[in-house]
Amino acid sequence: MAGNVPLQQISAPIQTNSSTSEPKWLRFVLISIALIFLGIFLLLPLITIFIQAFDQGVKVYLAAITEPDALAAIKLTLLVAVIAVPLNAIFGVAAAWAVSKFQFKGKNLLITLIDLPFAVSPVIAGLVFVLLFSTHGLFGEWLFAHNIKIIFAVPGIVLATVFVTLPFVARELIPLMQAQGTSEEEASLTLGAGGWKTFWYVTLPNIKWGLLYGVILCNARAIGEFGAVSVVSGHIRGLTNTMPLHIEILYGEYRFAAAFAVATLMSILAIITLIIKSLLEWKTKKQLMNN
Amino acid sequence: MSNGRKQKRGFKKNNVLPGFGLSLGYTMLYLSILVILPLTMIFFNTSKMGWTRFWDTVLDPRVVASYKLSFGASFTAALINVVFGVLLAWVLVRYPFPGKRIVDGLVDLPFALPTAVAGIALTTLYAPNGWIGSLLGFKVAFTPIGVTIALTFIGLPFVVRMVQPVLQNLEKEIEEASASLGATRLQTFIKVIIPELLPAILAGFTLAFARSLGEYGSVVFIAGNMPMKTEITPLLIITKLEQYDYAGATAIASVMLFISFVLLFCINLLQWWTNRNMTTN
Repeated sequence: MAGNVPLQQISAPIQTNSSTSEPKWLRFVLISIALIFLGIFLLLPLITIFIQAFDQGVKVYLAAITEPDALAAIKLTLLVAVIAVPLNAIFGVAAAWAVSKFQFKGKNLLITLIDLPFAVSPVIAGLVFVLLFSTHGLFGEWLFAHNIKIIFAVPGIVLATVFVTLPFVARELIPLMQAQGTSEEEASLTLGAGGWKTFWYVTLPNIKWGLLYGVILCNARAIGEFGAVSVVSGHIRGLTNTMPLHIEILYGEYRFAAAFAVATLMSILAIITLIIKSLLEWKTKKQLMNN
Repeated sequence: MSNGRKQKRGFKKNNVLPGFGLSLGYTMLYLSILVILPLTMIFFNTSKMGWTRFWDTVLDPRVVASYKLSFGASFTAALINVVFGVLLAWVLVRYPFPGKRIVDGLVDLPFALPTAVAGIALTTLYAPNGWIGSLLGFKVAFTPIGVTIALTFIGLPFVVRMVQPVLQNLEKEIEEASASLGATRLQTFIKVIIPELLPAILAGFTLAFARSLGEYGSVVFIAGNMPMKTEITPLLIITKLEQYDYAGATAIASVMLFISFVLLFCINLLQWWTNRNMTTN
């Protein structure tokens, strides 16, 4: 359910009129309350991460992010994202094409199914793959006989991450492509272009920013996912620990500075995600105004 | 099945664009393997355990205590987010102030920041020796209040992002009409603006509530996880899994999944209501 806010919703210019506006002092009070709330609930935790990370000096910080277990966790996290994000991006484009370019029965049910992973607890997302692939699971005996390990191994982490991040790209593209309609594709086909050619040269340029937006949100969640991955990972150091799990272990061992040091890396990534997101929103807003 | 072509024509109405079969087929296959099959495992495994064992598991006092905590904290957090979410959306849409674009971007931080990172940061802040925890006269971390704070953090963007576009599309004319008919600003806000925003507020509330019920990463650190007191339902599933009590974990999961489905249904209904309101305006 996170980040499913359509990209094309943009702000209208601010109008001021004395009969439909508030006195200056009230505006000031409302803005102040809003900013104080955000400051305490969002900004303060963010600042805490960076201060705690450098609590014991730069040396401890650098040691924490370069120790072998941390590097292995970073590598695994990136590997999982590199597999999960493209899979869900391709799925998102296919699903959005089917839903937005055609009319068919059961469309709303399909959209609800795509949304489903957002409504399911991450812990359950992990549990379902345990029920399928662990030694006691449905395919457990078969996998054991063929010496394939999914749970407490990398494939399980990838599956759980794909499940949790599945809706992101589709949710961004469906409203965007529905708003764009089918006339441009129909024109391209009338002019003799084939289906794939039409997709590459007409549809893809039209949806590229929305696609990028979805991919960025999907990537942020894939890298940061904790609950689902925690269930299937088995927490084997250097092998099946992603960055969030590594942070949990460090924190549990009271190595707070080290835990926050790794957390800063993920926080920087989160901040970059927010900046790109804002830029993309600003870009589509400009594009819409030019049209 | 023999008249599949004919059926397909009735089932699909637009025949000009190519790729319907391919894109819908791929979508269905992908969803079936990754979402539908895994989720049916929950109900399949639950049905194998028998009614008495199922009820004994899901109505165990420790499990019931976790429902109470999860529901209570999620509900309170979503309510806090309604109040401050509407305020934030209002301020962001209506008032100009310096740094507004940064503030607008910052609202999405809980979506972008990994939950475990948020969890350890909040715990450090609200622990008895933390910056905020040491200022307050009562214990926050490792109590239900701490759980509520973590869930408020997680659910913060939902109400803002649901209300913001509706508020932007709200026409000034209705407020002007209300003012010209003699209503005060407060009356206009309560009787004209709030009813227009209501579907979006409810949708945001339900989204935040649903997310909070299942949330794990940001809560486990600040909760303290004491049985009967500060144990959330998702944590109980993990606890049972760690004891290799797969049936117990699955039974609790099926209860949560059922509630998720109900909430998802409500969200769809509310979003349909919001869209209808936005198009008729």
